[in-house]
Amino acid sequence: MPKIKLAENTVQQIKEVCAEFGNKEGELINVLHKVQNKLGYLPAEVQEVIARELKTSVAKVYGVVTFYSFFTMIPKGEFPISICMGTACYVRGAEQVLSEFKRQLKVEVGESTDDGKFSLNCLRCVGACGLAPVVMVGEKVFGRVAPTQVVNIIKEYREGCASENAKSA
Amino acid sequence: MTDYKMHLLICGGTGCKAAESDEIKKSLKNWIDELGLEDDVQVVFTGCFGFCEKGPIVKVMPDNTFYVNVKPDDAEEIVKEHLLKGRPVQRLLYTDPVSKKAISDSKGMNFYKKQLRIALRNCGFINPESIDEYISRDGYMALGKCLGELTPDETIKEIKDSGLRGRGGGGFPTGLKWEITRNVESDEKYVVCNADEGDPGAFMDRSILEGDPHSVIEAMAICGYCIGAENGLVYIRAEYPLAIERLKIALNQAREYGLLGEDILGTGFNFEIDIRLGAGAFVCGEETALIHSMEGLRGEPTFKPPFPSVSGYLGKPTNVNNVETFANIPVILNKGASWFSKIGTEKSKGTKVFALAGKINNVGLIEVPMGTTLREVIYDIGGGIKDGKGFKSVQTGGPSGGCLTKDFLDTPIDYDNLIKAGSMMGSGGMIVMDEDDCMVSIAKFYLEFTLEESCGKCSPCRIGNKRLHEILENITNGNGKEEDLERLKLLSNVIKDTSLCGLGQSSPNPVLSTILNFEDEYLAHVNEGKCPAGQCKALLKYEIIEDLCTGCTLCFRNCPVGAITGERRQPHYIDQSLCIKCGVCYEKCKFNAIRLS
Ligand SMILES: Cc1cc2nc3c(=O)[nH]c(=O)nc-3n(C[C@H](O)[C@H](O)[C@H](O)COP(=O)(O)O)c2cc1C
Ligand code: SF4
Ligand code: FES
Repeated sequence: MPKIKLAENTVQQIKEVCAEFGNKEGELINVLHKVQNKLGYLPAEVQEVIARELKTSVAKVYGVVTFYSFFTMIPKGEFPISICMGTACYVRGAEQVLSEFKRQLKVEVGESTDDGKFSLNCLRCVGACGLAPVVMVGEKVFGRVAPTQVVNIIKEYREGCASENAKSA
Repeated sequence: MTDYKMHLLICGGTGCKAAESDEIKKSLKNWIDELGLEDDVQVVFTGCFGFCEKGPIVKVMPDNTFYVNVKPDDAEEIVKEHLLKGRPVQRLLYTDPVSKKAISDSKGMNFYKKQLRIALRNCGFINPESIDEYISRDGYMALGKCLGELTPDETIKEIKDSGLRGRGGGGFPTGLKWEITRNVESDEKYVVCNADEGDPGAFMDRSILEGDPHSVIEAMAICGYCIGAENGLVYIRAEYPLAIERLKIALNQAREYGLLGEDILGTGFNFEIDIRLGAGAFVCGEETALIHSMEGLRGEPTFKPPFPSVSGYLGKPTNVNNVETFANIPVILNKGASWFSKIGTEKSKGTKVFALAGKINNVGLIEVPMGTTLREVIYDIGGGIKDGKGFKSVQTGGPSGGCLTKDFLDTPIDYDNLIKAGSMMGSGGMIVMDEDDCMVSIAKFYLEFTLEESCGKCSPCRIGNKRLHEILENITNGNGKEEDLERLKLLSNVIKDTSLCGLGQSSPNPVLSTILNFEDEYLAHVNEGKCPAGQCKALLKYEIIEDLCTGCTLCFRNCPVGAITGERRQPHYIDQSLCIKCGVCYEKCKFNAIRLS
C-alpha cells in the first residue's frame, strides 16, 4: 500500500477521539468505530497514530482491524453497494443478483470501480428478510430485487449523482 | 395512553422502514394536521408487528383495524375515510388467502391465531421510545417487586421454578446460571446481554430491542440484583443502528426515572448499563469471544472452563444471557413461575420466537409455545410454500443447525426434539426451502459462511472446514465421487470432536444433516452428474427442442454471449462450449422449446 501523508488536522481529529475514550487500550474497538465513522476507512497510517495514542503496538491495532469485517483499510466507493447474503436472501436468489452486479460493474466483491463511484460488498442479514433479496446502496434499502433490475439501480445512481453534481456546481 | 381518541401505530421496524414507513408516517401526520385532527389522533412508530411479508403495516386503535402493504399515497384515504368518517378502507385490509374474505382485526388472522406473544408482548403495541407506555403495561413492576419484596435467592428460585432456558442457542437453565454466578465470591461482577445475533437470516433480538428495549433493561437490573452486580453491558452488532438508537433512548429515560443509577427506587441498589458495539464477527456471539471483544481484543474464543460465570469480563464473574431470555424475565416475575411453566413441553417451558423466512408465504417474526409442530408453523402461521411449490426442507439453528425433511413436520418443536432430529433450536432462525433448492448447495452456502467467520485459532475448524468446502465445491461442479460422501462424514466428525469452540464444533452440522436426510440428492450429483433441483449450473445443459422451435429468433437476440445460432423460421441451436447457462433463453422462449437437462 502506498504511504499516504495524513493532514495535520486529521491527526488532530484521531487524537481527539482517542482522548475522548481516555486513551485506554480497552477502548480500542470503540475508537476504531468512531475514527472510521469520521474518515471512512482505517489505512495503516491512521492505525499508527491510534497505536501511539493508546500506548499499544501497531501490530495489535492491525490485528483487531483485520479481525472484524466491519473495519476496512480500503476506502469505499462514493455509493457503496452491499448485497445481503443472509440465508433468507440467498434462498430467494441473492447470488444471481450479486453476479449481475459483478457483471455490470466489472468488479469483484470488495473492490471499487475505477471511477471510485461504486464499491461492491456482501453483508449478512440486514433484518429486512421479508423483502428478500435485499440490496443496500449507502443507507437506502432496495427490496425484492430481481437480476433484471440491477441495470436500473446502477443507472439511477450514475445519473442521479450527475444531476446532483450539476445542482451543486 | 393519554387523551387522544385514536392512535395510529405504524411499524417502525427495520423491514418496514426500508419500505417507506417514514414517508407513510409523515404523510399521515400531514393529513391529520391539515384536517385539524392533531388533538384527537396520535401517530407513533412502534416495534415490529411480525407480519413483515405484508409490511408496511398501520394499525388503528382502539378499533384494532390492521392495514397491510400501506403506501404513502394511502394516507389521505385512511385519514379522510377511516378517521373522519369511521369507514375502514376495505382495499387495505388483509384478505384471507383461502376464504378470500377481508379481515380487519389481526386477532382473526391465521398468522396470529396460533401465536402466543410473551417475549414480543409489547412489540407493535407500544411506542418503544416512551418509557411511560412501557410502564403502563406493567413495566418495571417486576423490578419494583424484587427490590421491595423478594430476596435475590427468592427471585432466583422463581426463575428456576419457571423452567426458563437460554434462548441464545444452548438452552442452559437461566435460573441455574444466575445461581452459579451469585455463588462466586468477588468484589465485582457483571451482567452481559448478548445482542450479537450472528445467524444470517434471523432478526428476533433486533426486533425486541427495536420494539421493547425497556424489557431487556429491566431484566438486566433484576439479574444484577440477583447475582450481586452493579454494572451491565449490552454487546450489540454495529449493523443494527436503529436498535442501538432506541436502546440509548431507553437507557436515558430509565436513568431519568431513577430506574437505573444509584439507589434505585430508594432501596440502596445501584445498577448502570453501558453499550458495547460489535464489529461484524459471527464468532463474537460465542460468550468467551464476546467478552474478549468487549475488552477491545480480537474476538477469539478461549477454552471453557472457566465459564464466564466464574471468570469473565476483566476476569470477574460475568452472567451472559441472550436478549430474548432477558425479555421473558419481567413477565415470569409478574405472572409467576407456575403460570410460565404450564406453557410448553416437559423440558422446554414457555415460548420461542422464530424469524420465519425463505420460500414461505408469510415471512415474519413469530412467537409460539414450545411444542408447536413445524407443520403448524409452516402451514398455519406461515401460510404454506410460496407460489404453490412443494415443501422440501426447513433449516433451523442457522450455520450450526441442520435441515429437516417433511418427515419431521409433525415433530413438536423443543430443544430436545430438534437435537434428536439432527438439528438444533439455535437462536431462532427458520428458513423454509422448496423443491427448487439444492441441498448440496445449501450445505456449501453455510460452509462458506463458516469459512469466512472461523477465527482461525484452531486447525480443525480453520483447515477442516476448508477441505469440507472443497469437496462440496467439487460435487456441485460435477467432479464429485461416491467416496466423497464418506470423506465428508469422517472429516465432519473429526471437526466436531476436536474444535475449540461452539462454532467449529457445530459447523459440519449442515453437511451431516443434508447427507443424512437427502442422500439421494448427493448421489445424483456424484453418480449421474445431475442436480435434481436444477440449481448447480455446472451440471445443467440448456437445449432447444427442435420440434417445438419456431425459429422466432427471440433467444438468438437475447443470448448475451452469442451462443445461439440458426436461420429465421428454422430450429435454432445452442453451442454448449459458449453457453454461460444464464437461462435467459429459457425465460424468453414463448414456445417452451428450451429444455433444461
Ligand atoms: C459460534 C457461536 C455463536 C453464538 N451466537 C450467539 C448469538 O448471536 N446470540 C446469543 O445470544 N448467543 C449466541 N451464542 C451462545 C452464547 O455463547 C451463549 O451461550 C448465550 O449468549 C447465553 O445466553 P442464554 O443462556 O440466555 O442463551 C453463540 C454461540 C456460539 C458457539
Ligand atoms: S472452532 Fe473455529 S471459531 Fe472456534 S476457536 Fe477454533 S478456529 Fe476459532
Ligand atoms: S437475510 Fe437478507 S435481510 Fe435477512
